[in-house]
Amino acid sequence: MNPAEPGGDLGVPAAVPVLQARGIVKRYGHVTAIDGADFDLLRGEILAVIGDNGAGKSTLIKVLTGAVIPDAGQVYVEGAPVTFRNPLDARAYGIEPVYQDLAVAPALDIWSNLFLGREVRRRGFAGRFLRMLDAPRMRRESEQHMDELKIGLNSVSQTVETLSGGQRQGVAVARAVAFGRKVVIMDEPTAALGVKETGMVLDLIRKVRDRGLQVVIISHDMPSVFEIADRVHVHRLGRRSCVVDPKVRSMSEVVALMTGALEPTELERNGAS
Amino acid sequence: MSHPAVETRRRGAWAYHAVRQPLFGPVVALTIALVVFSAISPRFLTANNLSLVFQQSIVIGILAVGQTLVILTAGIDLSIGAVTVLGTLVMAKVVADGNVVVAFATALVVCLAAGSLNGALVTRLSLPPFIVTLGTFTIIAAASQLYAGSRTYPVQPSALTWLGTQLRFGSATVTYGVFLMLACYVVVWYMLSRTAWGKHVYAVGGNPEAARLTGIKVRRVLFSVYAGTGFIAVLAAWAALGRIPNADPNAFQNANLESITAVVIGGTSMFGGRGGVMGTLVGTLIVGVLRNGLTLAGVDNLYQNIATGVLVILAVTVDQFIRRRSQ
Repeated sequence: MNPAEPGGDLGVPAAVPVLQARGIVKRYGHVTAIDGADFDLLRGEILAVIGDNGAGKSTLIKVLTGAVIPDAGQVYVEGAPVTFRNPLDARAYGIEPVYQDLAVAPALDIWSNLFLGREVRRRGFAGRFLRMLDAPRMRRESEQHMDELKIGLNSVSQTVETLSGGQRQGVAVARAVAFGRKVVIMDEPTAALGVKETGMVLDLIRKVRDRGLQVVIISHDMPSVFEIADRVHVHRLGRRSCVVDPKVRSMSEVVALMTGALEPTELERNGAS
Repeated sequence: MSHPAVETRRRGAWAYHAVRQPLFGPVVALTIALVVFSAISPRFLTANNLSLVFQQSIVIGILAVGQTLVILTAGIDLSIGAVTVLGTLVMAKVVADGNVVVAFATALVVCLAAGSLNGALVTRLSLPPFIVTLGTFTIIAAASQLYAGSRTYPVQPSALTWLGTQLRFGSATVTYGVFLMLACYVVVWYMLSRTAWGKHVYAVGGNPEAARLTGIKVRRVLFSVYAGTGFIAVLAAWAALGRIPNADPNAFQNANLESITAVVIGGTSMFGGRGGVMGTLVGTLIVGVLRNGLTLAGVDNLYQNIATGVLVILAVTVDQFIRRRSQ
């Protein structure tokens, strides 16, 4: 392992990656989706994963979130080998995927969406025997999360369907942040958003990092990637071709690396930008 | 939350928010119906007549609670009326051998089994609820006819007819069945709005994929809804014997559609995930008031059906409109 400095401004080498994968292979019949892919997510960083369509980046992400079981290879959390059989396993390790607009139920209010599947019941008789939810507490905690992330909302009692695309994304992110203790993985967080909303979501991602979480974004949106990523993982032909520093490489160079028109340096190929 | 600018804006737009309340449409419709029929017939707005509306609404009202749950999950239950009829027949035939408790328990098992069958077919075989319940409706209706031998079974006054017991408040007459119906609404309202299960019902209906990804056991929720509807059907059967102590395989032919009508008029979306039982209660009363008022006005039964049909289409149109607007 090469010691690397996330973003170059932390100063201390982040020796043990928070989330790591080595030699991941996944085949679907005769099609090899990923072929010996590596992955390193360092402490306190925003890592962008980019790659052409079909490069296998979404399969890699599915392996890291437990949605797909790899044929070979090993995933490590904080240096310890782990096996994810389903998304709940990954979640137990503090890895929380954000499924875009998908993961919100439209007619429920914001706090219900934040706590969906993890509702908090009242203490005592009402909670135990009448199964009554502790709505005031969940509403209060939701407001705190929304305030901390500066997601401008009138009220957490609004239904999600009354929100704009960016705000919905905000709720989905807040959901992940509220419960994800280590890693938030976002698939195309800025897709289908306007300029202003994109800016809002990028701010949000930075805030998530500043709260001490690690963020992985999979994106085709190069300007956004260059705006916020500390490192860029370039996926090509089913494996990691290199990891580059967006402050060193230009956008066109990264596109060239992605398509194979440009060869990465030895250091970049080894995953140390 | 403390956003002063937002507060002022919201205060100014209170009317807009009132209109967007899910119960707004149904309550306005009910109010209009009450005003119109009061003007037409002096006998309409009396305690006696209004208590009659409630009594006439009991069976459909109870069934509509179960129907609301199913429709909230973006499903539909066409078998609910047939299950109720089978429930009344089982109660009437078993109690003829003497034991009320055994009769009720047998009917409970039969109705729960029917609901569970629907639930199993929808969740295990992933079949569309419309087709599943159309099939079970046909099967159960035919089985009821065979079981009854095409005759009716009167029930002697007992615990099975207890829900028909009348209480008089001045000129109003209320049966225990009315209280059972209202209790069903309160209990299910509580379950939908105050428990995790209720949130999950809305999530499964609104966005099943999202529900699955958040760790909700979608199949289990769906199954519980159909099985629960079977339980509600046995309560409806009990209430039906309270109203008319005679189990008839040809009764409640329209109960399926009428329960759906009440749900839709009450503002629950056929597309799932939106609505609630309190709307359905208002919807049940709208249908009840419409029928009662039109009868008092001397309008033929068939015209009442036409009026109900128009109302259903109107309600679904409004639902579509709201859905498009919110997307």
